[in-house]
Amino acid sequence: MTDEARVAEFEATIARHDRIEPRDWMPEAYRATVVRQVAQHAHSEVIGMQPEGAWITRAPSLRRKATLLAKVQDEAGHGLYLYSACETLGVSRAQLTEKLIEGRQKYSSIFNYPTLSFADVGTIGWLVDGAAICNQVPLCRTSYGPYGRAMIRICKEESFHQRQGFELLLTMMRGTDEQRAMVQESVDRFWWPALMMFGPPDAESPNTAQSMAWGIKRDTNDELRQKFVDMTVPQAERLGVTLPDPDLRWNAERGHHDFGQPDWDEFATVVRGGGPCNAQRIDHRRRAHEDGAWVRTAASAFAARQREEVAS
Amino acid sequence: MTHPVDPEWPLYEIFVRGRRGLNHVHVGSLHAADDEMAVRNARDVYTRRNEGVSIWAVRADAIAASSPDEKDPFFAPAADKVYRHPTFHRVPDDVPHM
Ligand SMILES: [Fe+2]
Ligand SMILES: [Fe+2]
Repeated sequence: MTDEARVAEFEATIARHDRIEPRDWMPEAYRATVVRQVAQHAHSEVIGMQPEGAWITRAPSLRRKATLLAKVQDEAGHGLYLYSACETLGVSRAQLTEKLIEGRQKYSSIFNYPTLSFADVGTIGWLVDGAAICNQVPLCRTSYGPYGRAMIRICKEESFHQRQGFELLLTMMRGTDEQRAMVQESVDRFWWPALMMFGPPDAESPNTAQSMAWGIKRDTNDELRQKFVDMTVPQAERLGVTLPDPDLRWNAERGHHDFGQPDWDEFATVVRGGGPCNAQRIDHRRRAHEDGAWVRTAASAFAARQREEVAS
Repeated sequence: MTHPVDPEWPLYEIFVRGRRGLNHVHVGSLHAADDEMAVRNARDVYTRRNEGVSIWAVRADAIAASSPDEKDPFFAPAADKVYRHPTFHRVPDDVPHM
């Protein structure tokens, strides 16, 4: 087949909203964009275990501990689904891990903020997993088949994450004044970083147009951010917390909430590596990887010996 | 005595039977050092919420596949054999149970 014919076939598949599968021909730039986005997504799931994982041993009850452990375990699984999707494009899992540890691939800026109180476990479930759901539901229809299938599995599990977080906060809001203050303080810290999860405003997001044309992305950053705010406001009211934005109000004309902009300079700093926990997160990941090396080697050696014994 | 150690574990494709009476369906993949680890990890990754009653783990390099293109002349023979479909064969409307 000629190059033009292959490009035409690829573009016709995208235009039909059909899926691109691993062994199909695809433009190099499409492959690179999918690899970058899926890798960044996978790394976010894996690094995202750290802020919450820090509270597993200090959870206030067995029930909260079991729930948190299950939630963090799900995130490890999400990382695996996404690394697998990425591997179908010819990048190995080892290469991806290497790139993360060397800081050559990014993960979501949200995980560079610390978890200072147990209320943060609830706030992360409610706001951070809530924002992730907003991002991820449209990605179930993304043009790259394995990525879409991974997103479907992930979305099925995310609802538990958000609900356990909301329920945790609701329980604290029904408690003492001190507990209510803890929830409010936590929401104050996480609200703006949660809004940043959707990425820079559309005007400053140079890759969005191409990603949407290829059907990799289905909505713009600002559209998703608006959807998240509209979803979250009534939940905050029900919870009895204030969202820390003086410009937040219902706009009847638009049929949406107006809201203020996050501090985009802070976002840029965190993305460049200057957030409160960037170094700590990568150090921790590197240590886990290096400390696990002997286990991987031992398992390989054991498997090799089993094969030899069977052969002889 | 030293053994040559493969630094990267092989890739396995995982198939899960959702419940009795259904086929095993491909659900994803994972790396494992050996077959036993593949099945055990598949249980932990793909059946944490009662998604399955049986797991197959198959080494990816043991799968024979049709040619690289997902739609190619390989499948063309099926296209011109319309007589394999029941609706090709006309039967009067008043014939019952058919
Ligand atoms: Fe997740
Ligand atoms: Fe989650």
